[in-house]
Amino acid sequence: MGNTPLRKVGIALGAALILIWCLLPVAWIISLSFKSQESITNGSPGFFPSEGGFAGWDNYVAAWDNEQFRRAIFNSIGISLIATLLSVIVATLAAYAIARLEFRGKKLVLSTALAIAMFPVVSLVGPLFDMWRAIGLYDTWPGLIIPYMSFTLPLAIWTLAAFFREIPWEMEQAAQVDGATSWQAFRKVIVPLAAPGVFTAAILTFFFAWNDFVFGISLTSTEAARPIPASLSFFVGSDPFNRPASLLAAGAVIATLPIIVIVLAFQRKIVAGLTSGAVKG
Amino acid sequence: MAGIQIKNIVKKYGDGFPAVNDVSIDIADGEFVILVGPSGCGKSTLLRMIVGLEDITSGDMMIGDKRVNDLAPRDRNLAMVFQNYALYPHLTVYENIAFPLRLAGASDSEVDAKVKEASKTLELDEHLQRKPGNLSGGQRQRVAMGRAIVRDADAFLFDEPLSNLDAKLRGQMRSEIARLQKKLGITTVYVTHDQTEAMTLGDRVAVLKRGVLQQLASPRELYENPGNLFVAGFIGSPPMNFLPAEVEGTSVKLPFGTVEIPADKAEKAAGRGLLIAGIRPEAFEDASLVDEARAGGSTFSGKVEFVEWLGSETYAYLPFEAPPEVVKQLEQLEKDLDGDSLRTQLVISLDGASRVREGDQAEIWVDTSKMHLFDPATGENLTVDLSNAGRIPALDSGVPA
Repeated sequence: MGNTPLRKVGIALGAALILIWCLLPVAWIISLSFKSQESITNGSPGFFPSEGGFAGWDNYVAAWDNEQFRRAIFNSIGISLIATLLSVIVATLAAYAIARLEFRGKKLVLSTALAIAMFPVVSLVGPLFDMWRAIGLYDTWPGLIIPYMSFTLPLAIWTLAAFFREIPWEMEQAAQVDGATSWQAFRKVIVPLAAPGVFTAAILTFFFAWNDFVFGISLTSTEAARPIPASLSFFVGSDPFNRPASLLAAGAVIATLPIIVIVLAFQRKIVAGLTSGAVKG
Repeated sequence: MAGIQIKNIVKKYGDGFPAVNDVSIDIADGEFVILVGPSGCGKSTLLRMIVGLEDITSGDMMIGDKRVNDLAPRDRNLAMVFQNYALYPHLTVYENIAFPLRLAGASDSEVDAKVKEASKTLELDEHLQRKPGNLSGGQRQRVAMGRAIVRDADAFLFDEPLSNLDAKLRGQMRSEIARLQKKLGITTVYVTHDQTEAMTLGDRVAVLKRGVLQQLASPRELYENPGNLFVAGFIGSPPMNFLPAEVEGTSVKLPFGTVEIPADKAEKAAGRGLLIAGIRPEAFEDASLVDEARAGGSTFSGKVEFVEWLGSETYAYLPFEAPPEVVKQLEQLEKDLDGDSLRTQLVISLDGASRVREGDQAEIWVDTSKMHLFDPATGENLTVDLSNAGRIPALDSGVPA
């Protein structure tokens, strides 16, 4: 590997390009959220607000003051967290069984799970809408949690099964010899060791639930269950013919914050290679 | 604490292959028993059946006076050290050792007292708050042992515990294990493929081959009175020499000449035609260094092809030709022992003072009272001293091995 300085510059340049590519839209939304409504209507193409077009925190305050928006945030957080929690619990148990036990139909379970994950979301919306209205799940939290779970479970199961397979059998056997029941061995040894996998699955599930728009807008009708992405599309402001772009941008930024917080919180858990040192190094 | 009785244990896998076949071993309370054999001989399977990680196809496993065949591992009250330690990487050393106690619902003060005691015994005090991932191989090994001794288990089971350590550490840990076992006086079953560990650690050693118990005896009995060709070849390093032999009266015709053997041995082997003679390398000596007092054996002369001088002793190699039926049996033996079939040669251990050189036609003295004669067809040792050979299951039922 000669000319290392050149390589370093190349890597830095590449990283910068990718960062700009990914973050420019985000930066632009943040920029929009600080511009006043008038300056946008009049045309304000620059990244920084034009003279007199700076709105400060006004847009954020206005968005937050909106009762509908606050309800939507509450719905989104609640629905996403419950869907994530349930999905991770079910997936952990299912993945453990798939990784450790030999049973008939194991292949079938795995391939069915994969098939479900590939199913187009849109094709399910119509039937679900009909069913949910008949059952009474329409416009309720469970009405969204159930489809979210069914779409995130397959991925979570596949991710976790891979993690469980990595954990040496001996860990469990040692625990059993030490006096643990199968359940204790699972809970005290296997789950902690699979923690990176559990958190990965949790984040993936949370993203899916948080970002979903199609189910959110089709299976809800009021603030009772409407999540943020759907709610933002109902953001009309005072003038129905002129969508308040800066207000929307502020709402979008607020909607992004929980995701960032969760990723930062879970990141360290995911990175840690927990199995190191389990067996001979 | 309790003894372990293994009664006619059989383990068959799905394809019907018996990994362990009708093995019976009676382990007394406080005894240190080694299960030894080449890979695939079923020794680990047997150990895992004792601890309950492997189902028993038939036979009885008794711990104390209780039949444990159908008990889960946690109900057998045994402690096991795994080959790759199986430490819990997410727990500190302290919590790893405390794990069995916590499962048993011990109080914090009791846990603390016992963990501290175990860590003191194993000199782990300064590492208690570290994670296993940051420890060296020897330290991990000690943590695994700490986890075993912290409970009042009925017996210890070791599954090749030293095979992942380097040679120096292995020697240290070996004496550590021996010391610990003597101190605690607890029944111990130890699986290894290393015959040094088998010879130095065990009160008794069980030699297994393809799931069948070959001989169960003290290390000395195994060494001096191997029950068959397999045990003879497995125990000892460098291994026992096997030579084609024909007995006539009290003289034995070997490839290097004819030697005299004691009458009682000759009698047992009389009229059997071609046999295999087994002589350990140290039964030979440079004839010029043998004084009159030791001259109970015979001398012969042979061409030395190659010499290894190690200071205290000298190994000399003398190639010989063997008839095809003996070669075939020796090749099979090498296969059973996990070795490669080498050329037929005599390896002899001479005194370090010996001046024998490569290419010399040397006069070699051999102590023929230590010679064994094996049946080439069955491998059975014809000259075995049964009163000093422990138990040889093949002879129990009268069926040769």
